[in-house]
Amino acid sequence: MDKLHIALICLGAAHSIGFAGLGAGIGMGHGLNGACAGVARNPEAKGAITTTMILGMALVESIAIYGLVIAFILLYANPFKAALGL
Amino acid sequence: MEHPILFISIILEKLGLPVPHTIVGHTFIEKLCTPYMTYTWLVMAFLVIVPRLTMGKLEMIPGKGQNFWEVIVGGLEDFVVENMGKEGARMLFPLMATFALYIVVANLIGLMPGFMSPTSNLNITLAMTIMVWVTHHFLGFKFHGVNYIKHFLGPVPVLIPLMLPIEIISNFARLLSLSMRLFGNIMAKETLLAVLFMLAGSYFAPLPILCLGVLVSLIQALVFTLLSILYCAQAMEEAH
Repeated sequence: MDKLHIALICLGAAHSIGFAGLGAGIGMGHGLNGACAGVARNPEAKGAITTTMILGMALVESIAIYGLVIAFILLYANPFKAALGL
Repeated sequence: MEHPILFISIILEKLGLPVPHTIVGHTFIEKLCTPYMTYTWLVMAFLVIVPRLTMGKLEMIPGKGQNFWEVIVGGLEDFVVENMGKEGARMLFPLMATFALYIVVANLIGLMPGFMSPTSNLNITLAMTIMVWVTHHFLGFKFHGVNYIKHFLGPVPVLIPLMLPIEIISNFARLLSLSMRLFGNIMAKETLLAVLFMLAGSYFAPLPILCLGVLVSLIQALVFTLLSILYCAQAMEEAH
């Protein structure tokens, strides 16, 4: 058991969710930008735009969720646990 | 992260029942006494008892309690009908409304000290997701029979070898994304609240996150319900 291994695993997990969150945040910001512009131009379509926006954001967010899954796998269900002797 | 105070676990420990200190217990009794199970039963009891107490007798001119529940159930029904059509809503409204009410109450209960959100455990969210997943495939086979496979073949026959694996993988990814979305959001909320409470609880540090938590709880319940409605609606309509 090596402390460096554990440190690298933690670093990898943090980077995985960090970069996934960065990309998903930018994407969701674009989506929200479009939805806000749409509601400002046509306030009557607010209901349909909100539903579509939430749906799209949920799909964008699932990319960040995959990053979270990778982080959890690295931290709690590491497939290389036996090889590393942890 | 182990929650500092969970009053049901403390009561069960006082009664002499084994409450596990890992996430999932080892024996059957321990599994029944894990916090997420006991708090799920609390939410179930809340959802069964409170409407009974507040609704009163059903009348043509509704009183206060009946009005409140009519607004909630009526709003949910409008939401389901809007996204699914009348026919599908008549079949699936009970399931979807149960998911919505259960998830809202289960998410919001974690904002109170001494309670935890059962939805911050992957077992609960995965169980709900498997229900949705099986239901939407069942509906697909019920409405289209063997032709349901056309949903997975894409629009052009030449592209079938390319589209079939992609569609199947993306269909299985629904299991992952739907369960992990709810679990990840609610667990992040719970963990953040616990950390802030331990850091500077006496200076009201968790207060902004509590306000954010109300928003996150409602939005995640809406997203889960909306996505399950759309999956079922998509399985029922004709292949593109």
